[in-house]
Amino acid sequence: MKHRLAPQQYLILLTVMVTASFGDALLSRGMSQMGAVDLHHPAILLRALANLNIVVGIFLLIGFFASYMTALSWADLTFVMPATAFGNVMVALIGRFWLHEHLSLSRWIGILLLTCAVGFVANGPARTEHSNEVELTRVDPGIAL
Amino acid sequence: MTHSASPMLTWIAISMVAALAIAGEVLIAGAMQKLGDLDIIRARSGMPGAIRAVLSSPLFLTGAFCMALNFFAMLYTLSLVDFTLAMPGIASFTYVGNAVAAKLFLHENVDKRRWLAVAFVCVGVYLISK
Repeated sequence: MKHRLAPQQYLILLTVMVTASFGDALLSRGMSQMGAVDLHHPAILLRALANLNIVVGIFLLIGFFASYMTALSWADLTFVMPATAFGNVMVALIGRFWLHEHLSLSRWIGILLLTCAVGFVANGPARTEHSNEVELTRVDPGIAL
Repeated sequence: MTHSASPMLTWIAISMVAALAIAGEVLIAGAMQKLGDLDIIRARSGMPGAIRAVLSSPLFLTGAFCMALNFFAMLYTLSLVDFTLAMPGIASFTYVGNAVAAKLFLHENVDKRRWLAVAFVCVGVYLISK
């Protein structure tokens, strides 16, 4: 069971947070500029690939995907998930302290909840013992598995 | 820009994106669990070896296909539904679904602390997006 992460592994989790949130935000901005897409003409979605916001968003999401896969190779899915959610906190804090946007009370509470969620998970092991592995080790080797 | 899709279409689109994300993430997580630590593979066989190991996993390829479908479904949904509704809706469904799927299919030990984290994430994402 891995309990402690190396600094490089924390850096990968940070990359997951940053690339996911900024990538999604750029996709949303790009698709808002495109307008509604008709289901009967899905090829219009390909035109989205000419939008700069969408192209940069896609590159960020490729970076997210690579770092996410790396994280999943040494951590549980339920450990990595809150890290991706923490990206929302980063965007809100950038909005408050860099763009000087107003953050309502409900957003501050949301930030607090997401921070608590990351705290809960970060205090536990990155990879848990799997119940099936535990069961297998408990089986008498003389009995066919 | 505000969108005016019907509530039924809105929630069908959000559910589809979430379902594809759950399938993709669980399949990819399963593939990565089977492969083991990518940093170790990269140290042993270099970056090309690590990429080859990932790309030769059928679980990963199926998961990546689901994620590709998820990407286009998300583009479609964002063209119909406001970002402030779509993203927290998709995120909440995906977090809860992933936790259930991780327990059922990946046999992760999702203890009380992790369930609590999932609940906090759902409410937190909702409040931040308000």
